This record gives sequence, structure tokens and C-alpha cells, in this order.
Amino acid sequence: MADRTLEIENLSVFYGSAQAVDGFSMSLDRGEMLALIGANGAGKSTLFKAICGLVPARSGDILLGGERINSFSPNRIVGMGLAMVPEGRRLFRSLSVEENLTIGGHVGRRGPWSLQKVYDVFPALKERRRHSATALSGGQQQMVAIGRALMSNPDVLLLDELSLGLAPIVIKGIYELLPRILGEGLSTILVEQDVARAMRVSDKLICMLEGRVALEGDSQAFSRDQISAAYFGT
Amino acid sequence: MEWINIIVQGVLIGGLYALFAAGLSLIFGVMRLVNIAHGDLIIAAAYLSFVVTQATGINPLLSLLLVVPVMAALGFGIQYGLLNRVLGDDILPPLIVTFGLSVIIQNGLLQIFSADSRKLSAGAIEVGSLNILPGLDVGYMPLLTFASAVAIIAFLQFLFYRTSVGRAFRAASDDGEIAQIMGLDNRRVFAWAMALSQAVVAIAGVLLAIRANFDPFMGPSRLIFGFEAVIIGGLGNLWGTLAGGVILGVAQAIGAQVNPGWQLLAGHIAFLIILAVRPRGLFPRID
Repeated sequence: MADRTLEIENLSVFYGSAQAVDGFSMSLDRGEMLALIGANGAGKSTLFKAICGLVPARSGDILLGGERINSFSPNRIVGMGLAMVPEGRRLFRSLSVEENLTIGGHVGRRGPWSLQKVYDVFPALKERRRHSATALSGGQQQMVAIGRALMSNPDVLLLDELSLGLAPIVIKGIYELLPRILGEGLSTILVEQDVARAMRVSDKLICMLEGRVALEGDSQAFSRDQISAAYFGT
Repeated sequence: MEWINIIVQGVLIGGLYALFAAGLSLIFGVMRLVNIAHGDLIIAAAYLSFVVTQATGINPLLSLLLVVPVMAALGFGIQYGLLNRVLGDDILPPLIVTFGLSVIIQNGLLQIFSADSRKLSAGAIEVGSLNILPGLDVGYMPLLTFASAVAIIAFLQFLFYRTSVGRAFRAASDDGEIAQIMGLDNRRVFAWAMALSQAVVAIAGVLLAIRANFDPFMGPSRLIFGFEAVIIGGLGNLWGTLAGGVILGVAQAIGAQVNPGWQLLAGHIAFLIILAVRPRGLFPRID
């Protein structure tokens, strides 16, 4: 149990009047990377929002480090060690690169990550630290979004669609950097449209379909057919 | 020389309008909140100073030491306890709540203080003036008002762009949802923004009440001046509000000179012309 960083039990979440997550359960061990795949509308983004506290859970439990966080405010959850890189990056456009990163460190958790460490991993950002965050290229913006999330020194990191809208070469670069980032005992959930890539980088895999777990297990354990059956519900 | 005098007086009164506008601009910038009660809060601050000066006999300018923190605390409370509950994607509920606040404040003031108009007396500083050129005298109070406006806007500008509080304001303004998952408590950020706005309101209210008579129903027209200055200057631009206030003040002064009945009309016409020519104001910052 001590090594479970995030546990979700029988979670149901409504998005408006529609049920987006329906009796979903999972657990994440320390240092593990879980790939969460599924078609658009399968409930991945709503699940992330519920974990962050942005959308209330209708029923079920979300436990972070053993503590039930269902009704906690997002800022409290961040303080407990959860961070997210949101879909579409969503940088603060009136803030400079460095200010975006500094905001990420607002909760003041102790850990390996600091401005200096982020600049070491992403040297391109150091040169542009005074620029407006939105003046950067898509790949560099994604680096800022990742750096911003890491600045809170999280135990659990949610990565939502890292490759969205980026050129293949840029995506490749970012995924090559991931092991270096995640080498610190960080547990990660990765939402990724590129299923083959998601399987390659992750330890475990969950395929969501209509808010439920359609397939779950070791990332290497499934055949292409099994995954496409779970993905499309055929 | 007569016209120079008029324009200078207009510029200086523009400082007061800029103070009306700065508080409005600040909260609109941070949380897209349009505060219909803004003018009434200015008048409430004037009455608060009135009560303090009546009770203690101190100069109203000195009463700011009490009025500013009290108004700031009131602003924090209103935002935290009331407006945060209605703030969301829909801009209408907070608008209606502040409209309700406006009605409550006006009638509350009427009940307590009656409809008689009052004035704060700041003593000798009110009649003193500085001779700049032969034939051009500027009063200490208008000068102090304008200097306060410049100082306050410079301070707000510094706060917004050079401090961690300002960084939080800008982050919450850019993307409230993401600001929350960066660990910011938006409700507190918004409450601090309103507290700051009301601190400026306190200063504006006292300076207004030293300059002119006030009564419980003067708020809405001050709100209009504030709105006009914000929109002339461009949404979200603090220095723009100063420019907006000055343009409004000068237009009113010129109007009053042509015909005493045209003072307000001239200000509104200047506003309408700018709105027609530059609908987003002169120096817009928010899209």
C-alpha cells in the first residue's frame, strides 16, 4: 500500500448531465508510468479534471498518498503532490516564460525541481526566459508547460496529450527527454493519441471506453487487435 | 491664458476620474467583473471619512489611515463572501448582484445620513494654490489629487508587473482553471484584487468629498465617469485609465467654459466620439 501514490475506486463523474466516467478504478505505483488511451469522449480528460479537483466526483474515491481528496479544492490537491500538464498547454499568455515556471512553484513543495533544474533539462527555455510564453514555438511551449508542472515537485504527474499539434520531430524530442524527467520516482499518467508510442513508453496501460475500463494490464501484454477492440468497443 | 488655465484644471480633475476608473479597471482586468456598485462604494467611503472626521475632528486626509484599510477589508469580504459565489462563465449574475449592492448602499446611506448633501473640510489646503505662471494658479488639492492618481497608478503598475501578487493576478486573469491547478486559490486572489480596488476607492471617495458636495445618490454618475475613463483609455491598461480620465476632465472643463450647462454633456460627447472612432479605446490591452 505504501507504494500506491494514486488510487481511484469506482469513480463516477458527470460532465454536465452526461456521465463521462462510470465506475472507473485504477491504481498507480511509485515511479510507474500508466498510459491512458481511448477515443475522443471516452472520459480521459474528465477523469483528469476530477483527479485535479476541477470537476466534482459524483461517487467513488480518489486517494492521493492514501488520503481521500474527492472534495478538496484544486490548489489543496496541488499542495499534496499532484500536477498536470493540460491539453493544449494553456500557458499564461501575459506571463513570461520564467513567470510561468515560477507560478508552477507557487505551492512551495520541496524536491529536486527548481528554475535552474528546469533550465538544465530544457536549455532552450533559459535563453527565452524573458519572452512572453506564447511567443515560443509549440515544442518550447510544451517544455514550459512540463516545466511549470514539475516546479511544484509533484509525486504524481498527469500528462494530457503532449503531442497535440506538434511536429513529429518535436514530439520525438520531447519523448526522448521524458525518461530524464521521470527518473526521479515520479508516477505518471499519460494520455496520448498515438497508441503505439504510448505503449512503448509506459509500464501499464488502461484503455477507456464510455467512461469505463475496457482493457487494463501490462503495456507489452496486448496485441494490436485486442487494443483496437477495446478502443472502439467492437 | 484663460484657456490654458481651463485645460490645466481639466487635466487635474482628470486625475480624480482616473482614480474612479483605476479600481474598476483592476477588477475587470483580474476577474472580468463589472462592479455596478463601484460609484456607490466611492460615496460610502466618503461617508465613512465623514463619520471619522465628525467623531475625532481630524483632517479627512488623515482619516484615510482608517478609511483605506476598512474599505479594503470590506472589499475583501464582499468578494470572498458574496461575489465569488456568483462569478463564473456567465457575466450576468455578478452584474446583477453588484446592481443589488448599489441599491442597498444608496438606500442604506439615505437611511443613516439623510438626503442632505455633505462636504469634507480639509482646512487651509483647500484654498491654497500654487502660482505656476502669471495668471495660472493651480490649487493644492487638485494638484494633490492628480499626484495621487499618478502615484497610485504607478504603484498598481509595479504591483501587477513586478511582484508575485501581480503575477497571481495576471495568471488568474489569463486562465483561472489552470491558475487553480498551479496551486493558486482564485477566491483569495480575487478577494485581494477587490481589496486593492476598494483601497483605491477609499482614496477616490475622500478626495471627491473634499472637492465637492456629496449625497447618497451620487454614486452612479461617478461610476459613469469611471467607466468612460476606462473605455477611453482601453480595457486593462492602467496608464490608459489616466489618459482616459484626463481626456474626460479636459472635455468637461472646455464644455463648462463654453456653457456652464454643457460640462457633463461635453464629457459624454468626447467619450462617444472616441467610442465611435476607436471602439476598443486608445490603448487597449485586453482582447
